[in-house]
Amino acid sequence: MTATIYIPRDSGALAVGAEKVARNIERELTARGIQATIVRNGSRGAYFLEPMVEVETAAGRIAYGPVKPADVASLIEADFLAGGAHRLALGDPEKIPFFAKQTRLTFARCGIIDPLSLDAYKAHGGLAGLRNAVAMAPADIVKQVTESGLRGRGGAGFPTGIKWNTVLGAVSDRKYIVCNGDEGDSGTFADRMIFEGDPFVLIEGMAIAGIAVGATKGYIYIRSEYPHGIATMTAAIEIARREGVLGVNVLGSPNAFDIEVRTGAGAYVCGEETSLLNSLEGKRGVVRAKPPLPALQGLFGKPTVVNNVISLASVPIILDRGAAFYKDFGIGRSRGTIPLQIAGNVRYGGLFEAAFGLTLGDIVDGIAGGTATGRPVKAVQVGGPLGAYFPRSLFDTPFDYEAFAAKDGLVGHAGIVVFDDSADMLKQARFAMEFCAIESCGKCTPCRIGSTRGVETLDKIRAGVEPEKQIALVTDLCNTMKFGSLCALGGFTPYPVMSALNHFPDDFRPAAMAEAAE
Amino acid sequence: MTMQPASTEIAARTAAVIAGLRGLEGPLLPILHGIQDEFGFVPPEALPVIADALNISKAEVHGVVTFYHDYRNHPAGRHVLKLCQAEACQAMGSDAITAQIKQRLGIGFHETAKDGSVTLEPVYCLGLCACAPAAMLDGDVIGRLDADALDDIVQAVRA
Repeated sequence: MTATIYIPRDSGALAVGAEKVARNIERELTARGIQATIVRNGSRGAYFLEPMVEVETAAGRIAYGPVKPADVASLIEADFLAGGAHRLALGDPEKIPFFAKQTRLTFARCGIIDPLSLDAYKAHGGLAGLRNAVAMAPADIVKQVTESGLRGRGGAGFPTGIKWNTVLGAVSDRKYIVCNGDEGDSGTFADRMIFEGDPFVLIEGMAIAGIAVGATKGYIYIRSEYPHGIATMTAAIEIARREGVLGVNVLGSPNAFDIEVRTGAGAYVCGEETSLLNSLEGKRGVVRAKPPLPALQGLFGKPTVVNNVISLASVPIILDRGAAFYKDFGIGRSRGTIPLQIAGNVRYGGLFEAAFGLTLGDIVDGIAGGTATGRPVKAVQVGGPLGAYFPRSLFDTPFDYEAFAAKDGLVGHAGIVVFDDSADMLKQARFAMEFCAIESCGKCTPCRIGSTRGVETLDKIRAGVEPEKQIALVTDLCNTMKFGSLCALGGFTPYPVMSALNHFPDDFRPAAMAEAAE
Repeated sequence: MTMQPASTEIAARTAAVIAGLRGLEGPLLPILHGIQDEFGFVPPEALPVIADALNISKAEVHGVVTFYHDYRNHPAGRHVLKLCQAEACQAMGSDAITAQIKQRLGIGFHETAKDGSVTLEPVYCLGLCACAPAAMLDGDVIGRLDADALDDIVQAVRA
């Protein structure tokens, strides 16, 4: 029997040397005349173990990691193809605590299969949801999604089924499914992992959405910072067309659906849905006022579903296993699972899919194992650059849309960035304002001007110029931005700024005063 | 040094890029990406050609080109190094790494080395947040940036 070796092709694995590991394995095997099949899979998401190489043995898969290029020779000598003992041996990957504790629904196949093998996709349960959907009435598909409790995983948390229902009810000669893959939030990489590790699940989810609302064309807008994601997604779409998953007869049904990948051009604000639509139309990525809702007048003025990658990629399992199965996971009004992306200064960083409800403390101290530097955790930013900084005193907050909102924070796209005690929260607050100034589309005044004034005012605090007055000014400015901005960029920048100010007031005391007090 | 092509040549090459993409819905961004791939930047001479082909004003094309961070109006160096400046990388010391690389290359952000070897750019997230600090050199991703990785980068861009 020829052995099968799995070496990830995910960017996160490539960034830490997976390509060199693959080349070395290939070379060493050839030199020794050993036959083996190398599969380039996605990543399972435990980046602290990447590059994680797996071999298929008689007893199932055995993982080794993190493998450095220099470890390859010793792995072969240890007969790793048969699961031999080695200091990097991790055993059955499913039993590694980081994976064993997860509930993998959306990411069930990610990191396990060759992302461009439709056969492997099918063998692992793929296309079951779409097969059910083509036999259902559109309104019934929408009903399943509504009843599953699925909410927008991009950050807004709007019920996906309700959005679909609006588009289904709209009368038009043409409708669109737009997948928002402009994953610009720092600390997030779930969309990228799907593009690179299980692109067919997104294709399947979009096809189901198309059939449900009566759209025949889908666009996936992927940020230009993800060249590997764009390449894998594009290749998967070609395969899906060739195999009849996409095209004029989706899975042999009378439903037509096709998808095109579009590349962003480095504008963070294009992750905002109306700005993304303008960008797709070939315009400046300026935010549109709502109403009209994109569901009624979206891309090229036509009814459009705009959903995040993870929302769409969660649809196939709902249509496969049923709304009740999905809804059974989670707490309160946050149903199903959420792919937590644990990043920044952590020991065990990566993607961890779990039902809603874990507390922030469970995540940071438990799953993430504290900081990589070994120093105490000072702050955790949840939900990207527009998310609040949480202090340890709020670690009992459960991961749930409403619970985070109640603590003046947001779940966002579920990025969790951990900082140790060397973090300077005044600097982080200033960065939030600076980032908003760099990325503002310029349409509304609170965001365009407010962010620049915010940077200046925070600089005055740093310089010790009438700090109390500046703090009052920043607070007032944040209030204006929060309630006066058109979209989340200006409207949510106050979250990191005010949370830094409220939870870490010592960092906002002027340097001279702080030193004098010590 | 990269020689800048003559404007008639730019117009011809621009027209060829447009020809392959104008059938798309909302073709402007794909066309601009195509032009940047073709020339390494978006030459000002290309703008009227695009405006003409898509039947929109030159001002409109200019507005779109200047809105997006990706499009350059002049050629970059032989290599482009993007250093992530976003929060997850900050939490892992990207500020110090950035200062070191600026010093070793002798350039700041949005600058190109005098010998044309490398252009340095900030980037806000490469999605490599669990292996921070991260960078991208000519499309190749690099994670867990440390002193050794910096040496490799400096060597690669000077080769």
